[in-house]
Amino acid sequence: MLLNQFLLLSAVLFCIGVYGVLARKNGVLVLMSIELILNAVNINLVAFGALTADVGGEVFALFTIAVAAAEVGIGLAIVLLIYRNRRSIDLSEIDLMKG
Amino acid sequence: MSLLAALSADADLYVAQNVFFAVIAAAMVFSAVRVVTTGNVVHAALWLVVVLAGVAAQFILLGSDFVAVTQVLVYIGAVVVLFLFGVMLTRASLGDDESVGDEKRVMAAVVGVLLFAVMATGLIHTYEDGRLVIENPQSVNVVSDAIFSQYIVAFEAVSVLLLAALIGAIVVARKD
Repeated sequence: MLLNQFLLLSAVLFCIGVYGVLARKNGVLVLMSIELILNAVNINLVAFGALTADVGGEVFALFTIAVAAAEVGIGLAIVLLIYRNRRSIDLSEIDLMKG
Repeated sequence: MSLLAALSADADLYVAQNVFFAVIAAAMVFSAVRVVTTGNVVHAALWLVVVLAGVAAQFILLGSDFVAVTQVLVYIGAVVVLFLFGVMLTRASLGDDESVGDEKRVMAAVVGVLLFAVMATGLIHTYEDGRLVIENPQSVNVVSDAIFSQYIVAFEAVSVLLLAALIGAIVVARKD
C-alpha cells in the first residue's frame, strides 16, 4: 500500500473538520468537527509509524485519543454552562469579548 | 500523474487491502460530509460513529490492532455517548440546527478546499513513492513495553491531564 493514500484520506477528513468548525453554529456540532480533525491526525501518526516501523506512532496516537477524551469532557462541560446561562448554544450569539 | 501510476502498480500487489481501503475510505468521506452538513444533531452524532469505526478499520489495515481496539472503546464507546448526553442536556438544539448564512458557508467551503489543495500538493510531491510494507503487525506487548519504558514520562503526564480534565469538568458543570 502507498503511504500517500492514507495521508490523503487524512487530509480530506481534516479539511471536512475545518469546514465544520467554521460553518457550524451549534456548539456540540463544532466539538464533533474537532473530533474529525483529531482522528485525521491519528491516521497520520499511525501511518508514519507503519512507514518507519516505529512503535512511537502508535503510542502517540493513544496519547492523542486520551487528550481528545479530556477535550470532549471539558468542551461539553463548557457548552453545558453556556446553555445554562444563556438558554442557547448558538455560537454566533456568544460575542461578549467582541470589542 | 505519477501517483496514479504508482497506485495502479501497487494495486496488483495488494488487491484485497486496496479494495478494503477504497470501500472504507469512501464510506468515511461520505459520513464525514454528512456530519458537517446534516441539520439534525443526533444524526450528526450517528454519522460520526461511522467515521470513527472507519478510522478503526484503517488502523487495522495499518497493522495497529491495539490502537484500533482503543479507538472503538474510547471513541465509539465513550465519546459518542458523551456527545449524545450533551445533546440531551442542551435540549434547545435537539431539533434542526438553524443554518448559518450562505456566505459564511461558502467561505468555509473555500477555506476547506484551498487547505486540501495545499496539503495534497505537498503530500503528493513529498511522499511520491512511500510504500507501506506491513508484515509483522505491532503486537500489544511491543506497544506496552514502549509506553512503560521509553514514554513513561509522557504517559504520566497524560494521566495527570485526564485527572485534571475530570476535576475541571465537574467544577465547571456543577450547579451552585
